[in-house]
Amino acid sequence: MNSLLDGVPRVITAGASLLEESLRAQAIETVPVAWRPPLPGTEEALARVLADPRRPEANARAVQRLLAAHPQLVGVVRASEILPERTFLHAGPPITWERASGPMRGALIGAMLLEGHADDPEQAGRRIGTMTLDSCHHHRTVGPMAGLVSPSMWLFEVRDAVHGGTAYCSLNEGLGKVLRYGAYGPEVLDRLRWMDQVLGPALRDALLRTGPIDLRALIAQALQMGDELHNRNRAATSLLLRELAPAIVEAAPGHAAEVLRFINGNDHFFLNAGMAAGKVCTDAARDVPGSSLVVAMARNGTDFGVQLSGLGERWFTGPAGVPDGLYLGAYGPDDANPDIGDSTITETGGLGGFAMAAAPAIVRFVGGEVADAVNATRSMYEITLAEHPVYQIPGLGFRGTPIGIDVTLIARTGILPVVNTGIAGRVAGTGQVGAGLVKPPVEAFTTALTALANSISPQ
Amino acid sequence: MNELVTLRRGIYHDSVSLMRVSKALSDLPGVEVAIVAMATTLNVGLARDLGFEVPACEPSDLLVAVRADDPAAAADELDRLLDALSRQSAAQAADLPPRTTRAAARSVPAGLALVSVPGEHAFAEALDALEAGLNVMIFSDGVSLEQEVRLKALARAAGLLVMGPDCGTAVIAGAGLGFANVLKPGPVGVVAASGTGAQHVTCLLDRAGVGITHVLGVGGRDLSAEVGGLATIQALRMLDADPATELIVLISKPPDPSASATVQAVVAELSTPVVQAMLGATDLTSATAEALRVLGRAVPEWPSWEPDSGGRAAGGRLLGLFSGGTLCQEARLVAGHGDFTDFGDDAYTRGRAHPMIDPSLRLEALDKAEEGDTVLMDVVLGHGADPDPAATLAPAIAAAPARVVVCLVGTEGDPQGLGDQVSALTRAGAWVFTSNADAARFAGGGAR
Repeated sequence: MNSLLDGVPRVITAGASLLEESLRAQAIETVPVAWRPPLPGTEEALARVLADPRRPEANARAVQRLLAAHPQLVGVVRASEILPERTFLHAGPPITWERASGPMRGALIGAMLLEGHADDPEQAGRRIGTMTLDSCHHHRTVGPMAGLVSPSMWLFEVRDAVHGGTAYCSLNEGLGKVLRYGAYGPEVLDRLRWMDQVLGPALRDALLRTGPIDLRALIAQALQMGDELHNRNRAATSLLLRELAPAIVEAAPGHAAEVLRFINGNDHFFLNAGMAAGKVCTDAARDVPGSSLVVAMARNGTDFGVQLSGLGERWFTGPAGVPDGLYLGAYGPDDANPDIGDSTITETGGLGGFAMAAAPAIVRFVGGEVADAVNATRSMYEITLAEHPVYQIPGLGFRGTPIGIDVTLIARTGILPVVNTGIAGRVAGTGQVGAGLVKPPVEAFTTALTALANSISPQ
Repeated sequence: MNELVTLRRGIYHDSVSLMRVSKALSDLPGVEVAIVAMATTLNVGLARDLGFEVPACEPSDLLVAVRADDPAAAADELDRLLDALSRQSAAQAADLPPRTTRAAARSVPAGLALVSVPGEHAFAEALDALEAGLNVMIFSDGVSLEQEVRLKALARAAGLLVMGPDCGTAVIAGAGLGFANVLKPGPVGVVAASGTGAQHVTCLLDRAGVGITHVLGVGGRDLSAEVGGLATIQALRMLDADPATELIVLISKPPDPSASATVQAVVAELSTPVVQAMLGATDLTSATAEALRVLGRAVPEWPSWEPDSGGRAAGGRLLGLFSGGTLCQEARLVAGHGDFTDFGDDAYTRGRAHPMIDPSLRLEALDKAEEGDTVLMDVVLGHGADPDPAATLAPAIAAAPARVVVCLVGTEGDPQGLGDQVSALTRAGAWVFTSNADAARFAGGGAR
C-alpha cells in the first residue's frame, strides 16, 4: 500500500484558489498549478485521447526511441543517388506551384535552371509542371528554408546508430543571396555548381577518411558553447570543421583551402547536419499507434504542417505565420515571406527555440533579455514529455533540453512551440531579409489532436 | 440605473475567486447586480437572462456586466479587486508556475493532488496525478461516470486512491482538504461517500472527545453498479493498513447490491473493526453513538442551546434550508414532514459559489418565511467554509418572523470558533443543535 497516510502530504492544487489558501492557512505545503481552460474546441478530443488506454505506453515508447536515437554523420551523397526520376523535393508539407510563395517559386526556378530543364526563369516557371514535386519529409530528407533538393545537390547522410535509420539534408550554401531563400541569380547557380563539383566530392572523400562523426556528442558540446543549433550554429560549425579539416586536406589537397574557407565563412554550415540528425531521431519515434507525440513540424512558405507519431505520414496544417524578428539592412516586416523551411526539425528534436536558454548570445531574437531566453526554454517543459539525457543546458543547472512535444499538452496549456527561424524575402529572388521567432498556427495542432481522437476505435 | 458590459482579454481567474469578486461588487451601495465571470456559454446565458446585452465573445474572455447607479465607480473597484487577485497569484508563483498537474508533479515530490477545476476538465488533471504516482482528490463535480470508472480502475492498478469526484472533504494526517473541520487526532478513520455526512460524524466524535486519523472521501457514486466501490475498497484497505486507525466508520449511500456485496466481502477480511452508517437506514448521530460504543466510550448528550431571549412560537410550516445534501436528506427523514431544499444541489450552484461560501440564496429564502413557520438550517464550519457565517446569518435570523433552528456542524478548533458562532446565533434568536437528527426532531415537533 502507498504512503498517502504516512504523514501530512505536500499537495498539488489545480483549480479554486480558495482551497489552496485554506491549505496554506493550515501551514500545509502546496504546489499551485496556474491552470487555464484548454484551447477552445479541444475538450472532446482531449478527453478521448487522454482516455485512450494505449496513450501512456505509446508515448513512453515513442519518446524513449527519440531520446535513445544516436545520430552519426556517415557520408555525403549526391541527391541523384536517392531521388526518383524528374523529382524535386521541397520543405514542409506537399505544395503545388500554384500555391507556392515567392521564395519557394524562386528556389524551384533556380533548380530548373541548375538542372538544365529551362533556359530562363520564365521558361522554368512554365515547365515546372513537367517535374514531380514532393515533400522532403516523404523521402527521409529535410531542407532549410525552401528546402529544395535537385539531383545535382549533395546531401549529408546521417545514420541512427541505435535504430538503424538514415536521414539526409542538403549542404548549406551560406548567407545572403542563396537558393534556399529563393534567389536564383547567376552567382547562386555558380555557387551550386561549385558545391556539386568541388565541395560535395571533397566532403565525401573526407568522411571516408574520418569515419562516422558522432553528431550527438558534437551537438551536446555545441549547446554548452552557446549554440541552440537553429539560429546559432557557430560553435557546432567550428567543432565540425575541426573534425573535418585534416581529412579535407588529405582527401582534396588541390581544393582544401577553398573548401575550408567556404565552411569557415558560414556560421550555419552545421545547421544542415544538425537537421539531418534531428530528422533521423524524430523518424525513430514515428508510427507508434496511439501516440500523441509530434514527430515533424515543417513549413513550405504557405502552410505550417505537423505530423504525429500515431498518425503516420498525415499532415495537419495551418497558415504559416510571418516571423517576428530582426531585419537585415533596410528590410522590414513588409518584405517578409510567411514562415518557411524544415529547420523546425530542430525544435521537434528539443533544440532551436526549445534550447534558447543555452544561447544567451542571440537573446535579441526572443525579446532582448536573457530571462526571456530562459523563460522560452522553461515554458517548453510544459508541452514536452521528456528532458534530453545528453543535450544539456549549463545555465539551467545542466538540465536536459525539453524534448518530445505532446499535442495534448499544447491543447491543455495553449502554449505553442517556440520556433526560431530565418526570414525569407517575400519576392522570389530576394534571399534572406532577417531572422527571429515565429508563432505556429494553433489549428495545425488542434486538427492533429482531433484526427488522433477520431482514429481511436470506440471501446 | 446604468449598465456597463465589457469584455477583457487575456485575464483568467478561477470561478470561485471571480464569484467572490462579483459578490463584493454586488454588495457595494448603489449596485443592483454585478457579474464578473469567464465568458462561458453558461455565464453569458446568465448575463443575458439578467437583461444584459453581451457582445460576441470567447470563453477565454473575462465578462464584466454591472447594473448600478454609478457603474464607473463599480468598475474602479473591480480593477482594484482583480489587481489584488493577480498580485496574489503572481506572488505565489514568483517565476513560471506549473500549468498542469503533470508539470507540478515533475517539479517537486508531492503526495496528493487536489483538483477543483471545472468538472469537464478535471479528468486530465486527475489522470496527470495518477500517471505521476500521486493520489488525487477530485473536488470538482460534473465528471462523467465513464471517466470516474477509468480513473478509479487506473488507481487500483497503481495502488493509489481517487477521492471523489464531487468529494467535498478529506483529512489526511490532520491536513484538511476542501471543506474540512479541525479535528483532534485519535483512533477513528472514516471512509465517506458524503462530505457533510463525514463532517457531521467527525464533529460529533470530536465533541465526545474522540479524534480521527484520516477522513477519506470516495464520491457519491462510488457504490454504484458502474464504479463498484473501487475507491471505497481502496480506502478501507488503506485505513486497515494504517497502524493508528483502530476503528473504521464507513458512511455510505444506499449501494448497488453487487457493489455492496464486494465491499462487504472486503469489510469481512479487514483486521480493523468497521462501523457502517448507511444513509437512509440510520442517522449520523446514531452511527456516531454506535462508533463510540464499539470504542467503549460513553455516548454524551449532544449539546444544544436555546435562544437568549424567548425565541419565536411555532405552528406553521417546516422549511428546511440546507447547504449539505446529506444533512438535508437526513433531516427530512427524521422530521417526517416539511418542505426541504438542498441549496448545495447543482440546480442552485450554477454560476454561483456553494452555499457554504455564499449564503445569499438561503438568506433570501429565510427572508420569505412567515410568522409561525419553522426554518431548519445547517451551518457548516471549518476550513474552506464561510469565515464567519453568523455575521450574515444572525441579522437575518433576528429580522425573520419565523422560528429558526440551526444544526451547527463544527468543532471548537475550527477557525470560525464554534462558541462564537453559537453565541451570535442564540443571541439572534435561534435554537442551535450539534446533532442534525436532534435539530430535525425538535424542529419537526410543533411545526406542521
